[in-house]
Amino acid sequence: MLSFLLIILAATFFTGIIIRTKSIASGRKGPGIFQPIKDVIRLFKKGAVYSETSSFVFQIAPTIYFSSVFVAMLVVPFGQSKGLISFNGDFIFFAYVLGLGKFFSIIGAMDTGSSFEGMGASREALYSMFVEPAFFILMGSLALMTGHTSFQEIFSTLHLGSSITYALGVLAGVVFLMIAMIENSRMPLDDPKTHLELTMVHEVMILDNSGFDLGLILTAGYLKFAIYGAIIFNLFSGTIAYEYAIPMFIAMQIFLAFCVGMIESFMARFRMNHNAQFIVVLSSVSLLIFFGALLVSGKFI
Amino acid sequence: MNYISIKNNQTILLSDIPESNYEAFYDMNLDLVSGHIERHCVNYFGYKVGNNVKLISCIADDITHEIMISTCLVHKAHDLESLSAKLLCFEKFEREIHENFGINYIDHPWLKPVRYAFNREDKSQIMDNYPFFAIDSEELHEVGVGPIHAGIIEPGHFRFICNGEQILHLEIQLGYQHRGIEQLFIEKKNLLQRATLAEDITGDTVVGHGTTFAHVWESLCGFEATKDIEFSRTMALELERIAVHVGDLSGACTDIAYQLGSSVFGRLRTPIINFLQEWGGNRLAKGLIRPGQNQFPFTPALAVRLKQILDIFEPEFIEMADKLFHLSSALSRFERTGVVTNADAVNIGAVGMAARMTGLNRDVRVSHSYALYSELNHNPILKRHGDVYSRIQLRKEEVEQSLNYIRKLIAEVPAQVSEIKNFNPPQPSSFCISLVEGWRGEICHCGLTDKKGELMMYKIKDPSFHNWLALALSVRNNEISDFPICNKSFNLSYSGHDL
Repeated sequence: MLSFLLIILAATFFTGIIIRTKSIASGRKGPGIFQPIKDVIRLFKKGAVYSETSSFVFQIAPTIYFSSVFVAMLVVPFGQSKGLISFNGDFIFFAYVLGLGKFFSIIGAMDTGSSFEGMGASREALYSMFVEPAFFILMGSLALMTGHTSFQEIFSTLHLGSSITYALGVLAGVVFLMIAMIENSRMPLDDPKTHLELTMVHEVMILDNSGFDLGLILTAGYLKFAIYGAIIFNLFSGTIAYEYAIPMFIAMQIFLAFCVGMIESFMARFRMNHNAQFIVVLSSVSLLIFFGALLVSGKFI
Repeated sequence: MNYISIKNNQTILLSDIPESNYEAFYDMNLDLVSGHIERHCVNYFGYKVGNNVKLISCIADDITHEIMISTCLVHKAHDLESLSAKLLCFEKFEREIHENFGINYIDHPWLKPVRYAFNREDKSQIMDNYPFFAIDSEELHEVGVGPIHAGIIEPGHFRFICNGEQILHLEIQLGYQHRGIEQLFIEKKNLLQRATLAEDITGDTVVGHGTTFAHVWESLCGFEATKDIEFSRTMALELERIAVHVGDLSGACTDIAYQLGSSVFGRLRTPIINFLQEWGGNRLAKGLIRPGQNQFPFTPALAVRLKQILDIFEPEFIEMADKLFHLSSALSRFERTGVVTNADAVNIGAVGMAARMTGLNRDVRVSHSYALYSELNHNPILKRHGDVYSRIQLRKEEVEQSLNYIRKLIAEVPAQVSEIKNFNPPQPSSFCISLVEGWRGEICHCGLTDKKGELMMYKIKDPSFHNWLALALSVRNNEISDFPICNKSFNLSYSGHDL
């Protein structure tokens, strides 16, 4: 329950802080940090427009996408407190319920019949495919280290005792952070601000969505960032008492958003074919963690 | 040989241009251009003489500083051999002649509409039935972009044939911006109307086209521009170059999502165009250049002001450019993207930056010097690789060069000549050609007068006319997601092409 509230809280300001950071870094004042939420509320008050060439798939896709992210959010724990849903192997559930949402967002984009959206969908599908092994090798290694298979048990028993486990924790944090960047289509893989359809990944898939549907997709995006932020925090929070853990969580989310904003301000995005290479690298980092886990648990001599 | 050699901005009688039959005209022009990389076709157009069409070809020679004019009379009933089959640099010109007068070329490789002029010969040719190059393949797919653009730029349709993310072919269909500007030049009898028309040929090259028109008109009227007029024009041309180049650098940064470069270069464009406002009352320099007069004299007070502005501008520009050129993530997007080889650039007759980025030395400021450029000893900047990086580097270095020229110019501001000479009317039955190096490249205007001294034909050629083909070639085998940065690095004009 605690994680549920904290993730929603973090989602309200996360994207706003990124945008504000970018504005200040480029010498502008920028909108308030709650502007993205205000935009979403405005969208929720509107109806949606559907093209005549699209079918019911296009109409249900945003709802399924949002629900999948919402359900995935329920699985994420916070320190010792379980998520609203928690069972053995729930991280597999987490990955595939997100996968289901992504599948629908992809076929929703294909349903419009636009060549732009088809292009975006194919890119998104490719990247998701490469992200999957990284996520599972990483979670598998953590499960191996701790001997548990649910998020809450893995994180609460993950004792960062020795220096090697700290190294693994940092590596895992990096992998999760990069997965968050890929899943949310942020720089350097995708440019959320661009107006050039040919270079877009996620943005081009939602070109035809409007009003309420667009609001759902945007909200899901904000939640996703906070979800991954919570998972990264869980890697380190383990046994910290709540009165420290909660402020630390908020501080970390703000710091993360600030870092994302700085990255987006001071570097150019990757060339499209470097994206796939970059994502594959995440799998190799995960493999490194896997061998580390084998070392720590003494299964590897 | 059956041609006449003239200098830039020279007026000759129409009867002085030697006329030959098409076969001789064809062979001669082929001979003039093929195998000579210093020569290219700056203009090739036709106009109606009774039931016949008179073709005029203008070939510029960069070494002898001469322009070779030749002419011939053809009738649309006769099919012609096409120069494009041998030399690609005539391709667009012949398509235009075909579209306007219905002259059929038997071996033209790509005889498609250019801009759907209102008075075109074949009215059944419309935007909707443009004969696109099509593919019949299960593996390849087509992506159509435009004519409505996602940003605020002009309309044009781009049809890509792709293999996954890789572009195999790009076809560019333009003509959406056609306003009949050449016809308007003849219809509008007032000089001021014509001068404003020239400024509106393409909104980003106001000074370039304005100066070219002024040159044509002054030459036709036998007016000798005074030193202060030439000073103002040179100054305005270089300021325009700086402003647009800096704006383009900002645009290139936006396209690769480098926010810092995008906002800093965007801001640096402002002091320059604001200075143009201080000088001539318009940030885009509209109204600054007028034939036969120095409407806004460049005063010593303005020189002091400009020096102050440049003293702040220059270090900031250099600092930002250094950052950009040392940012590995930006370089990885620029380098080896959108390459046009030197051979291709020579072939298609690329001009301006599109030529210089491949090491092809084509710069009107040197080859057909005008205004004060001969005093500045201009030395064109050349790059060799022909990729996006070369085009970006070229912009940065040209900005530095222009800053240098402006500093030289403001060191010695000529006094304004107080007496205003009266204009003679244009000479009757004359032909005048003027070349000016705008920021994008070579601008060519030709003016022809009839027996009464009225303008009977005004032919405009913006550098984009040649260079669109360079863009289409540059994106081949690149990723489709690199198209926007290629497009921005050329930054060609839609309205300048469509007229």
